[in-house]
Amino acid sequence: MAEQTALLHVALRGELTIATAANVRGDLLEALTTADEIEVDLAHVTEMDSAGIQIMVAAKREATARSKILRFVAHSPAVLDTLDLTDLAAYLGDPVLLQSRS
Amino acid sequence: MSSILDDALHTFIAESRELLDQMEEALLRVEQAPDDPDIVAAIFRAAHTIKGSAGLFGIDNVVAFTHVAESVLDRVRNHELRIDADLVALFLAACDHIGILIEHVAEHTEPDADTLAADAALVARLRAFLGESAAPKATAPVERAGSVELEPPAGDGADTDNWHLSLRFGADVLKNGMDPLAFIRYLTTFGKIVRIVTLVDKVPPLAAIDPEVNFLGFEISYNSTADKSTIEGAFEFVRDDANIRILPPHSRISEYLRLIERLPDEDLRVGEILLRCGTLTQVELDDALIGQAAEVEQTGAAARPIGEMLLKQKRVQPQVVEAALDKQKQIKEHKAAEGSLIRVNAEKLDEHINLIGELIIASAGASLIAQRANIPDLFEAAARLSRLVEEVRDSALTLRMVQIGATFNKFQRVVRDVSAELKKDIRLEISGADTELDKTVVEKIGDPLTHLVRNSMDHGIEAAELRLARGKPAHGTIRLNAYHDSGSIVIEVSDDGGGLNKERILAKAVERELVKPDQPLSDSEIYNLIFEAGFSTAEKVNNLSGRGVGMDVVRRNITALRGTVEIDSNEGVGTTMRVRLPLTLAIIDGFLVGVGASSFVIPLDMVVECVELSEAETAAAQGRDHLNLRGEVLPFIRLKHLFDIPEPSAVIEDGEADDDEMAAFAGSSLSGIGANGGVLTAEGAAALAADPELAFILHPVKRENVVVVQYAGHRAGLVVEQLLGEFQTVIRPLGLVFNGLQGISGFTILGNGHVALILDVPGLVRRVATDDRRRLTSHAPAVAEIA
Repeated sequence: MAEQTALLHVALRGELTIATAANVRGDLLEALTTADEIEVDLAHVTEMDSAGIQIMVAAKREATARSKILRFVAHSPAVLDTLDLTDLAAYLGDPVLLQSRS
Repeated sequence: MSSILDDALHTFIAESRELLDQMEEALLRVEQAPDDPDIVAAIFRAAHTIKGSAGLFGIDNVVAFTHVAESVLDRVRNHELRIDADLVALFLAACDHIGILIEHVAEHTEPDADTLAADAALVARLRAFLGESAAPKATAPVERAGSVELEPPAGDGADTDNWHLSLRFGADVLKNGMDPLAFIRYLTTFGKIVRIVTLVDKVPPLAAIDPEVNFLGFEISYNSTADKSTIEGAFEFVRDDANIRILPPHSRISEYLRLIERLPDEDLRVGEILLRCGTLTQVELDDALIGQAAEVEQTGAAARPIGEMLLKQKRVQPQVVEAALDKQKQIKEHKAAEGSLIRVNAEKLDEHINLIGELIIASAGASLIAQRANIPDLFEAAARLSRLVEEVRDSALTLRMVQIGATFNKFQRVVRDVSAELKKDIRLEISGADTELDKTVVEKIGDPLTHLVRNSMDHGIEAAELRLARGKPAHGTIRLNAYHDSGSIVIEVSDDGGGLNKERILAKAVERELVKPDQPLSDSEIYNLIFEAGFSTAEKVNNLSGRGVGMDVVRRNITALRGTVEIDSNEGVGTTMRVRLPLTLAIIDGFLVGVGASSFVIPLDMVVECVELSEAETAAAQGRDHLNLRGEVLPFIRLKHLFDIPEPSAVIEDGEADDDEMAAFAGSSLSGIGANGGVLTAEGAAALAADPELAFILHPVKRENVVVVQYAGHRAGLVVEQLLGEFQTVIRPLGLVFNGLQGISGFTILGNGHVALILDVPGLVRRVATDDRRRLTSHAPAVAEIA
């Protein structure tokens, strides 16, 4: 469905928490308006809270509403841990690396 | 985080202590009524609950020990065993032992070798009552220390072993600095999240989202050994900000149904979620939704040990289920009781009382200023204020008042134990248990009372043969009685024993050189000798009393509480020891009097009346300090001489003004006296100071007043110059330097900032009584140097 299949790669760094949620929202919104397919790299996310989860869910919703593709990739341990705790990995539908439990 | 668990543990310890008290009380009662099923049930319940709660905290030794005790109690309850004195004694010991174990928990220490040995010995004795069949059972449920296991009661509630938590966090939690995920993470510290469904339906698309508003909710199936209050405690900080519902395992289907109903917009979704969480099965949900939920008993706080998740089938001891049920029930009952009672930290209460003390002083100051300013409205406002302050003071003091009954009841056990030790049959009778007194006093009176009771049992009550020979019933009786008497509480310890032997006490006292052989002593003085240090007439020393240590400590403790102790004894009939204590230690109603430039406060409760000491009467006394009060001889003390107060240049007497007015004038006239020789008002002061002659013309006769005080049945008069009226007094203790001071029990600060000394009326009355007896006519030389 994408006409100009431009793939935009966005990398998030540092916290994905209430402290950064507003900024991340702005960045992702901008990315969604400029590209049709976005890959959000979470490899360098060090911390995540409920606000971060909401941003992820909202970004997915926004992408669906605009008929665009938004993928979260390279989940960092902090993200995986949070997704695991909330059991949202399946909901978000992105392939995640299964975390081995110690 | 761990503080929440700590809190729960504190509650457990406090509750266990209460339960042990109840158990002990029930044990003492059951001896008289061994067939009363209610009392047996009460004992059983106490043991049961302690075990159940201890299990939840994983306190193995308490669970193990209590279980054995409980098994024996179960046999009693089932009429397989009959409760008798031996069994009661054993259980009292067991009760004490549980207490020791609990104290170890409270102090975070491990029981020492002695305790463990006592444990083993008691368990062996208890096992003896269990017989063969019960023996293996005794250890079975405690193998898995601390865990209470529940089996889904067949056909009852939901078929799950897991808690169901339904969490809807408010929109503002994030803004308030709380992260819902943190709470869920915390849950994993004492349990395992079996399934979690994060509700993201409400999260809007990115364009519409306010990233600082929370949209999340969670449905969690949770497996934990913690009890409901612990789980609830995890959400303590968001309680106002979130909608938290916690359903225990095996809750009735209808409970889940209600959960679904309470979230109407999510009706089907919640049902579905419960399914997904595995909380309910499809069948259960269907049943629930068609409203066919069976009305069954809700089961209690269930728990399974972590790590045994996969074991679906549980073998469960029925009594463990009962314990869990009891626990649940207890939590409910507790909730009901909490509605009408709150526990308050005693320190907070003390602080409150202190503040009220300051308030009283401040209010007195305000009244004084209002009086000086001479603005009627202001005066009225100040009067209203002081009335309210007075009410606040009274209500604050009643907060601290507790009934003495609880203290008295402890003596049931003391009397029982001691009589067993002495091999005397002694009963305890209690009256006046509802008499109230200050909490601090109650706490401190326990030890002295124990001494008195033990002393009476040991020395007072005779051996049974002697009692029979004297025509008394074979069993002795100790009576504890309490009542209020003119601002004091009186606690009596009486026995129907042999009474005190005056000759023997006197002989012993002479031998110890406490008194001179030819010293004339009244009966009560002789009796009071037993409170001297190192005094004991008991021929043989035992471990109860007789070493002569104790009675002097008793008197010292009681004196420290501003109380007194006196003895009434009738040889061959019995002895009554009467402890008299002030009702409260902090604030009293005082009567302010002035002597020269000094002012004194007399506790109002002890004031009987005020009379004028006319010159005619002074003359009639012929130098002796006695006056004729309506035909009775009243000894009196001149405070001026007692405290060696210098004669001011002119003293104006204002005793005829009415009380309220006087109270208001108190400060001003006193300061007036201090500054310029004594006057009523500032204007008058100036006028009179300028013209001493005028003062003399206005008050040609210097009159004295006698304040008649009464304490412990004795009356005495205190001669003062001014009667300044009623005055609320916050007692400030005198510093250590003034410890030896006689006649003064403390001081207080007047509204104008001046210091007034509080008279030690008991001391003064005692002094008058002594002087009186010795026909002493000189003026109290011993304390003349005080002032």
